[in-house]
Amino acid sequence: MPKDSGIGASSKRREDVRFLSGTGVYTDDMAMHRQVHAVMVRSTVANGRIVSVDTSAALAMPGVLAVFTGEDFAAVGGNPAGWLINSRNGEPMKEPKRPVLAHGKVRHVGDAYAAVIAETRDQAKDAAEAVAAGAVIEELPAVVNMAAALAEGSGLVHDEIGTNQCFDWGWIEANRDAVDAAMKAAPHVTTLELVNNRLVPNAMEPRASIGEYFPGTGDYKLTTTSQNPHLTKLLVCAFVMGIPEHKLTVVAPDVGGGFGSKIYHYGEEALVLAAAKKLGRPVRWTAERSESFLTDAHGRDHVTTIEVGVTLDGEILAIRTNTLANVGAYLSNFSTATPTFLHGTLMAGPYKVPHVYVNLKTVFTNTAPVDAYRGAGRPEATYSLERAIDKMARELHLDPVAVRRKNLLTPDQFPYTTPVALVYDTGNYQATLDKALELADYDGFEGRRAASAAKGKLRGIGLSTWIEACGIAPSHLVGQLGARVGLYDAATVRVSATGTISVMVGAHSHGQGHETVFAQVVADKLGIPEASVDIVHGDTSKIPFGMGSYGSRSLAVCGSAMDRALDKIIAKGKKIAAHMLEAAEGDITFENGSFSVAGTDKAKSFGEIAFSAYVPHNYPLETLEPGLEETAFYDPNNFTYPAGAYLCEVEVDPDTGKVDVLAFTCADDFGNVMNPMIVAGQVHGGVAQGIGQAMIENTIYDENGQLLSASYMDYAMPRADDFPMYTVDHSCSTPCTHNPLGVKGCGEAGAIGSPPAVVNAVIDALQRGGMTHVTHIDMPVSPARVWAAMQG
Amino acid sequence: MTKVTMTVNGRAVSGDVEGRTLLSEFLREGQRLTGTHVGCDTSQCGACVVHVNGEAVKSCTALALDLEGAEVRTIEGMANADGSLGVIQQAFQDHHGLQCGFCTPGMVMSAAALLKDNPKPTEHEVREYLEGNICRCTGYHNIVKAIMAASGQEMPAVAAE
Repeated sequence: MPKDSGIGASSKRREDVRFLSGTGVYTDDMAMHRQVHAVMVRSTVANGRIVSVDTSAALAMPGVLAVFTGEDFAAVGGNPAGWLINSRNGEPMKEPKRPVLAHGKVRHVGDAYAAVIAETRDQAKDAAEAVAAGAVIEELPAVVNMAAALAEGSGLVHDEIGTNQCFDWGWIEANRDAVDAAMKAAPHVTTLELVNNRLVPNAMEPRASIGEYFPGTGDYKLTTTSQNPHLTKLLVCAFVMGIPEHKLTVVAPDVGGGFGSKIYHYGEEALVLAAAKKLGRPVRWTAERSESFLTDAHGRDHVTTIEVGVTLDGEILAIRTNTLANVGAYLSNFSTATPTFLHGTLMAGPYKVPHVYVNLKTVFTNTAPVDAYRGAGRPEATYSLERAIDKMARELHLDPVAVRRKNLLTPDQFPYTTPVALVYDTGNYQATLDKALELADYDGFEGRRAASAAKGKLRGIGLSTWIEACGIAPSHLVGQLGARVGLYDAATVRVSATGTISVMVGAHSHGQGHETVFAQVVADKLGIPEASVDIVHGDTSKIPFGMGSYGSRSLAVCGSAMDRALDKIIAKGKKIAAHMLEAAEGDITFENGSFSVAGTDKAKSFGEIAFSAYVPHNYPLETLEPGLEETAFYDPNNFTYPAGAYLCEVEVDPDTGKVDVLAFTCADDFGNVMNPMIVAGQVHGGVAQGIGQAMIENTIYDENGQLLSASYMDYAMPRADDFPMYTVDHSCSTPCTHNPLGVKGCGEAGAIGSPPAVVNAVIDALQRGGMTHVTHIDMPVSPARVWAAMQG
Repeated sequence: MTKVTMTVNGRAVSGDVEGRTLLSEFLREGQRLTGTHVGCDTSQCGACVVHVNGEAVKSCTALALDLEGAEVRTIEGMANADGSLGVIQQAFQDHHGLQCGFCTPGMVMSAAALLKDNPKPTEHEVREYLEGNICRCTGYHNIVKAIMAASGQEMPAVAAE
């Protein structure tokens, strides 16, 4: 019987009431007394030398209060990369400065080199045009294509580093010779070259920031669209602006989606703070959608060659990949970790593979920065692997299901150390595969294919068995790997005198439903109603120093911190109860919201203990502090490893190449599930983004570095009629072995597992339709591409 | 600046606007009705959908000056008289038809317009009708379910949740 509250219940989301009634408060919904508006002046060329920026005409325009240029920020720091990666030869990566405003050069279309502050947004926009008209920017040849960027004689994105290569990374370099030997000895090697298409995250709320400065105290406040306000605060204070950390508050209020793109600190955040101080008035900036396309960190953009060495019956002997990964014009905060430690480490997939080696070069180009987008490196690894394994099965005339079954790790093999340095703690990959096949009625496919054929359509089915690593940690390991921060999280549980609870968490909810789910966990553990618990997030002046939400980490890391803090609350409650009940502390048990003396009917409710903690009239003051508030930091000792099996069924129109996704089935292992409704919703959204990538989404720069897909008229955002209803299951659960809730994370799974399932299905449809020459089509599998492939 | 008067959620309101002032700006900045969101600059995303004289309109595409005397309804006017969520709003909560909430006001307003004209739409009709409303969070699954439920129809049990 489903529960109606607490852990495992599909509690309705409390945040929905404000969102459905139009009373949510997103950054751009706030109005500040005496506020003024910032508009950025952005480069229209991909690569150019800034000769001069004449601001005098703009400054003379109505309502204009100030114009900032790169010169104004020349003395402050740059926005850093969060991870320092070394090349195979031991050289540190190249980290050119990323200034608040471009100075000396502009490096991508949309790169801001000036900002106008005016009384109204329209006045600022008009004046921004005048700044652009008064700027002399000498256009230079654009560096767009990655291979060309690395070729001898290429122009440079950053002259001062003398190369367009950021680093050349091997994972693991010590594996290299053994992999080469195993590949050479393999009876069959499947090779596949593929492109993981560049995507724009497209959170529906455009980025926005409001800067305030309080001269009486010297305090700053930044209200901004962030997934991790403390991280933004640290970056602004310690790296960019030099503001003492205790003098800046960062607030991320309701945030309308992130998908990675709002993890990072962007220059506009520093700009509004500097402008607020200069003008003594709140300064606000909101991106227009075209600015989002030009300047939000993009995702993916890998070009990969993967080789899989196998026996003739499909046993994988070795995997080798060579990848060029685009980092764009500047290093966004996670851009160096995403293609390396979130990609190379996953290249063994859910399989028992003796030898794996990954080589990856990151390349600067005159395009928007590229960073983590939902899945972040793991979709790229999964796509390469699952496409190559499908191709291998076809080349050897083996069944794609049987090939995977042959290589999947079995439950008795955990914990399993992969050749690429991860330790999978637990899983049951056969169970999720069997569940997906059952739910998709795999055995009935032939009948459905015949029915499609009778209509003149080609039907195909595609499988992907995937694994990811979430909740990146532990800090001492990531520190060795080059991380500049720790990867713990934190929670403070504050019990009030009347027994209600506020939990201040480092995680940030921008659609995930933490306010509901975290409250379910607290209520379950303390035996109190969910309605007695509020979750506070997003304000650095209230919450402990946590790392925010990305990488499906919120429950696994921050939820674990919260669980630890609750343990401390219960432990202190037992001390108080022991005093009140005149019993030994060791005899006190806590269950269903009641502290009782074991074996007696003497008990105190949670509320009575809370009251006593704050009104300590009968209280052990000699040995125990009053109050009931506890904080815990939690640094995981391993990643979590969600995994699953996805099946996609498509119909291809042989006359046009148009692909329709008819069915999509997900069988996932997320460990323990706190709220099944929300978990299913996370999978739906991820799958839609993955199908979008596979079917229609693409980001195109022309040879001059102009972004051709820069609006919703040009970038194919998936609509409701692009999808079927999905079938989602998470019953095959193997709880995580190393965090207290046994949770693994579910936010990115859909986007990781789905793209190869879609493309595998399309290739399957064409192959079954007799077009055996079609072995691969790059994403998105648009009608034009499919039709062209069919024609050979 | 020119004065314009209209009825918003049953209340007469007026304000001075420029010729270029959009209805979305009039509502958000003039009336502080910030439930209507702006998610794009090309009239594609649909986060700004409101009702003007009973019809769904993208408020980023309408000029405030053109709407003298119009009856406008926004997400803030969709609750029941007692303040509880209206039928469509409640269905969105019951079926988890929203995540970040940003596209949600437009989705609810579009759904209301659909159900006014077509009280028992098929799943296919719902999906086609939402062509002008983009959601990046939900994959549309639960939005479709919510709108079907609001129309008094239950979806077949396709999902395992």
